[in-house]
Amino acid sequence: MNHLDKLEAQSVYILREAYREFKNICMLWSIGKDSTVLLWLTRKAFFGHVPIPLVHVDTHYKIPEMIKYRDELAYKWKLTMIFGENSQALKEKRTFPDGNTDRISCCQALKTEALRNTLSGKWPRYIMDLKTGKYVADPNKEKYTGVIVGVRADEEGSRSKERYFSPRDKENDWDVGDQPPEFWNQFKTDFAPGTHLRIHPLLDWTELNIWEYIERENIPITSLYFDQGNGKRYRSLGCYPCTTPVDSTAKNVSEIIEELKSGKFVNVAERSGRAQDKDDGGGLETLRRGGYM
Amino acid sequence: MENREQMNIVIVGHVDHGKSTVIGRLLADTGSLPDGKLESVKEYCRKNSRPFEYAFLLDALKDEQAQGITIDTARCFFKTQKRNYIIIDAPGHIEFLKNMVTGASRAEAALLVIDAKEGIQENSKRHGHIVSMLGIRQVVVLVNKMDLVDFDEKVFQSIQSEFSEFLNKININPVNFIPISAFNGDNIADKSANILWHDGPTVLEQLDRLANRKEDEELPFRMPVQDIYKFTGEGDDRRIVAGTVLSGKISSGDEVVFLPSYKRSIIKTVEGFNIASRDTAYSDEAIGLTLQTQIYIKPGELLVKADETQPQLSSRFRANIFWVGKAPLIMGKNYKLKIGTMRIGVKLVEILSIIDAAELNIDTFKDQVERHDVAECIFETVKPIAFDSISEIEQTGRFVIVDSYEISGGGIILEGVADSSNTLLEHIMDREFLWERGLISSCLRENLYGHKAKFIVLTSGSEGNDKVIQDIGRELEKKLFQMKYKVYYLGVSGLSYGLASQPVSDYQGRDEHIRQIGELARIFTDSGQIFITTVFNLDDYEAEKLKLFNHPNDILIVNIGDTPFHTFQPDAGIEKDGAVNAVCALLKKQEVILDYYL
Repeated sequence: MNHLDKLEAQSVYILREAYREFKNICMLWSIGKDSTVLLWLTRKAFFGHVPIPLVHVDTHYKIPEMIKYRDELAYKWKLTMIFGENSQALKEKRTFPDGNTDRISCCQALKTEALRNTLSGKWPRYIMDLKTGKYVADPNKEKYTGVIVGVRADEEGSRSKERYFSPRDKENDWDVGDQPPEFWNQFKTDFAPGTHLRIHPLLDWTELNIWEYIERENIPITSLYFDQGNGKRYRSLGCYPCTTPVDSTAKNVSEIIEELKSGKFVNVAERSGRAQDKDDGGGLETLRRGGYM
Repeated sequence: MENREQMNIVIVGHVDHGKSTVIGRLLADTGSLPDGKLESVKEYCRKNSRPFEYAFLLDALKDEQAQGITIDTARCFFKTQKRNYIIIDAPGHIEFLKNMVTGASRAEAALLVIDAKEGIQENSKRHGHIVSMLGIRQVVVLVNKMDLVDFDEKVFQSIQSEFSEFLNKININPVNFIPISAFNGDNIADKSANILWHDGPTVLEQLDRLANRKEDEELPFRMPVQDIYKFTGEGDDRRIVAGTVLSGKISSGDEVVFLPSYKRSIIKTVEGFNIASRDTAYSDEAIGLTLQTQIYIKPGELLVKADETQPQLSSRFRANIFWVGKAPLIMGKNYKLKIGTMRIGVKLVEILSIIDAAELNIDTFKDQVERHDVAECIFETVKPIAFDSISEIEQTGRFVIVDSYEISGGGIILEGVADSSNTLLEHIMDREFLWERGLISSCLRENLYGHKAKFIVLTSGSEGNDKVIQDIGRELEKKLFQMKYKVYYLGVSGLSYGLASQPVSDYQGRDEHIRQIGELARIFTDSGQIFITTVFNLDDYEAEKLKLFNHPNDILIVNIGDTPFHTFQPDAGIEKDGAVNAVCALLKKQEVILDYYL
């Protein structure tokens, strides 16, 4: 087995473990390359099927191509596709692009709060009707107690301390200092009622592994990652007011891989185009403790 | 596509022996730091009038200056010409031993750092012990801070000889000892001019010489069944047995056995998604299999090949356990065991010895296993499980114990122990000894009721028969009742909330129900009644258990349709048509009920 085979097998094992052990789980799909690989691995684990609902938090500041791509794939692969939003904050214009808050507070409102309330079922969810491809109000108000997330340990400091199965308490708090042990391939799959759980099947993958796997499996990803002809491409996807493309002429997956391996990005952090990281002095840890993914 | 080889390395050792400095050096000397990181940390040190240290670099990457010690395993990435490395930094502080275990569990090799000046410390040994238990065979010992002992060869040699002796005792044959000064970079990436007396590789050279674990294709095939999938809703008729192959290989056409149920079948296909179709799958692959015959199997069973060496099957085993739970491991308490994909109730029945991991002294006088102890114990599961001893197949000889939601210990099985005595038998003997009887004998009851007492268990191994046997059970009760017999039917599912003092968790649900129905049967039959229950897919162990629980009263186990048993012989096998009459005929034959009564 080569390295990608090993990573794939481990992620599939974790996904199957999560599916077996927990009711009410969902998977976060940010439309980016990592969670799209996660979605692909789910199809691997379940032999072409995706028996887990996908949840997307729409800030309504996402690059429009992202939403188009999301809906096309959801329709084609017959996904249980759900999205949620912070309609209150958007209505009241409590956002950074409206000039009313800083970037971090904007992230807290449009992403963290929206996510928390979408998962708990407190705020409305919208589900794709696979007959029409349109979204309708989701009648299911049940709480998702487990969330599968595509974070990778190499992204930044706080993510390198995550476990494959990581509990958060009722307040979504993450006790970094007191995490469960993982012996061999036995993970923490027993949780007291009320615990909220994060599952991280991609923890051991690097950015390069992700691209190599996308190439090998020929996974469809959004074209925003490629040079659109102006010498710029996105390396990491987010909201357009806070995400800037990088200078690059990589036009396809193999050129991105080449760029990562030997080119100019070899030692530049992947999230360097994401402005909120820089505003948060402690890295993403503050955001993550509050439930940011 | 290059798809470079990768190796996971854990770095362990006593607190302050220089793990972070070693990592900082490895990152810097292999050019693996983000642009500007080294300069910015140096600049920070200059501004704050602190001497620059490579350990700060790691702190800056990990954001843990506040405490000054590594509290959780963190992963750092670096690469050499040969391959990519993930170095897992495990905390040296004893409080965080469970984090160290987590890190070390994923490693192919361990770097164990010892301070040349301080010498071998408690955690140097304890970590060595844990590394050995976790099954990491490649250990490289770095004797650090050689600059503080003037690069003295004698200091290095004395540590080497003392520590080698210790490691050998715990079955570790160290790959190498390397004298280094991580602070100054001696022998990390470049050969040290200060340590010319040492003829050996640098740390980086040594890392590149280590070998990744080979897939175990030569060993017998083992695959714990993780789940059984059938996505019929989406027009997919495949019934797929999913799991990760732990050792060996499997091909379509192979005859297989599921343990502990002993169900047999033949592999039809090896399934996958977005890969070329194939007939064989190998060790470490996460696969799916379809079978030629439709048999009822449950997640948790171990799939093996019929013509290969079989695993052991026992409810008692001897094991070494490393305990990290907040509460101690105590005798007689119900814990949850996880081995492969099996989850099952387990009890500690005997402590053979507790090993002080640091000193390797053996303490036989403790009656419980405390946090951070390594102990040799005997455990008993509620039903036999399939496993291999750690010396035969590592992957199927490892388990963890869960105590109130937390993984509290990890263990390796040394061998199965014969089941001559077990806690259930002891329980039954105690129960019968303490049973407070009234003045009415069973003869008196029989005379009054006009029939004998009996515990009737209806089961079936035919798919879809779970409802069928329930209906037959109820009809049987009705018929006997109309014949004016003292009879009572109770289904297993009715017990969930009635008898348990607390909610029964999933993994112990069925075993607990078997226990409850068995204990109830003992009371009902003692009171002279005919007690009927139905248990779908009763297995050999459960049947034996029900007999034991109902002891000393009479039991009648009747199978309807396909047998669910491996070797157990039920009292009768009948078909579902006419089942009620067939059971009545049996009762008459056994003179439980009479054709007429006086």
